[in-house]
Amino acid sequence: MNDASAPVVLAFENVSVRFGDDEVLRNVSFALQRGESMVVLGAAGSGKTVLLKCALGLLPITSGRILLFGEDVSRLDEQDWYERRSHVGVLFQEGGLFDSLTIEENVAYPLRNQPRLACPEDELMRRVEESLNFVELGHTLDKFPSELSGGMRRRVGIARAIVTQPDLLLYDSPTAGLDPITANTIIALVIKGRDVRHATTFMVTHRYQDGQMLSGYRHDPASGLLVPVNGARHTARTHYLVLRDGAAVFDGSQEELEASADPYVRRFVRREESA
Amino acid sequence: MLEILKAPVFTFQEFIVLAGRTIRGVFRKPYYWDDLFVQMDLIGIGSLPVVLLTGFFSGAVMALQMSRALQTYGATSQVGQIVAITLVREMGPVLTALMVAGRNASGMASELGSMKVTEQIDAMRALGTDPVMKLVKPRVIATGVVLPLLTILADFVGIVGGWLVACVLLSLTTSAQYWSNSWRALEYNDIAQGLLKPFVFALVLSLVGCYYGMRTTGGTQGVGRSTTQAVVVASVWVVVLTFIIGRIFVSM
Repeated sequence: MNDASAPVVLAFENVSVRFGDDEVLRNVSFALQRGESMVVLGAAGSGKTVLLKCALGLLPITSGRILLFGEDVSRLDEQDWYERRSHVGVLFQEGGLFDSLTIEENVAYPLRNQPRLACPEDELMRRVEESLNFVELGHTLDKFPSELSGGMRRRVGIARAIVTQPDLLLYDSPTAGLDPITANTIIALVIKGRDVRHATTFMVTHRYQDGQMLSGYRHDPASGLLVPVNGARHTARTHYLVLRDGAAVFDGSQEELEASADPYVRRFVRREESA
Repeated sequence: MLEILKAPVFTFQEFIVLAGRTIRGVFRKPYYWDDLFVQMDLIGIGSLPVVLLTGFFSGAVMALQMSRALQTYGATSQVGQIVAITLVREMGPVLTALMVAGRNASGMASELGSMKVTEQIDAMRALGTDPVMKLVKPRVIATGVVLPLLTILADFVGIVGGWLVACVLLSLTTSAQYWSNSWRALEYNDIAQGLLKPFVFALVLSLVGCYYGMRTTGGTQGVGRSTTQAVVVASVWVVVLTFIIGRIFVSM
């Protein structure tokens, strides 16, 4: 299913993470190529968020190797991480917005604080407005995060993640705790981000529907709406990793996922289908 | 036995690492001046009423309590000397630090703790900012600058409180004698001790507040736990350190 010529953007090689006596990730391996999307599924506490944070160097790994844009970042110093992180956009589970800053300041934060992304103030404002318009929240510039709903905060989080035009976008449970309509709006934005900006997408979620939408729909630039994908080529761009108690129990396409004989994966997919 | 010691030793080690990174950061860029001035305002101006009130009444109570003992020996004229020395050496720095620990170390722990559990600190790191430079350094510098100043004010209003009780309320001595004795009683050693203490307390209590905030886990319950731990640990360190510093100065 992979295009062998595409460079690997993010790869885990036998990565384990231990907190005290608990091993929260066990020998996890996968590779994500440029332009691909990966959906990481798993129940609560299966290590999904830890996996995402390790990819950004926010948590140290105990053993194994992480390759980010082809470079081994497993043992990088915190100071050296800052430049690498400027190539990656991230949406945290609750948005991770700074309470004390306005929406405009939140979205402008990476541009103001990452030396590689420094730009003149008028250019910065243009990019902030463009990003907020992308998530249809251009009117919230002067508001504070506490004045917005949960779904709007996630959308601002997406705006902040894409404002740097990153090569890799990480989403941590973007639909957790949201009603189905808002959740679909968020996934529509994830798809839009993927198709408009051609960024490699890594999404951690507990909802199988999120993955189904990501692989089954594409953004139509003419209408601005999501349209179903017909044809295997586009579907093949999304693949799944299923985590159970910190170990990867599945890595493959949606068809392979649905055909999996693994009882945990079967139960996971069936439950989501019946939900 | 070793298992019991493991957690406190690990905590102390983490604290020392944070302290080391912060102190090294004080001499390195970037400097977030806005954050520094906001913190100075929050800690300095914000704590002023409670610090002045505490200082005033501690001086007043000291004069009140000393009055009977001094009358016994016919030494009521020495009240200014006793109030000044006790306040400048010990009571002013300790009480001011305890007030600031209760008000600001807890505030730092709860603010940083809330940021930690809502992933704002992770977001900060992900978006190119070192939380030690952005959050811890301004708080430590601000407390280090402001706490000695607050202590000077607390000492002064404490001596005024003592004067009110000794001269106006109880007429133990004349105003001229009170102020003259207070002034002459203080030596450079007392002033040095009285200014070194709040500076050391400031470093410790701000670092303790930030440390417990930064290591918060377990949601809102964890924030409450961190806040309590920060106040208790900072207060205990203040009284332990005042003994250690006092011991050094006494033997000098």
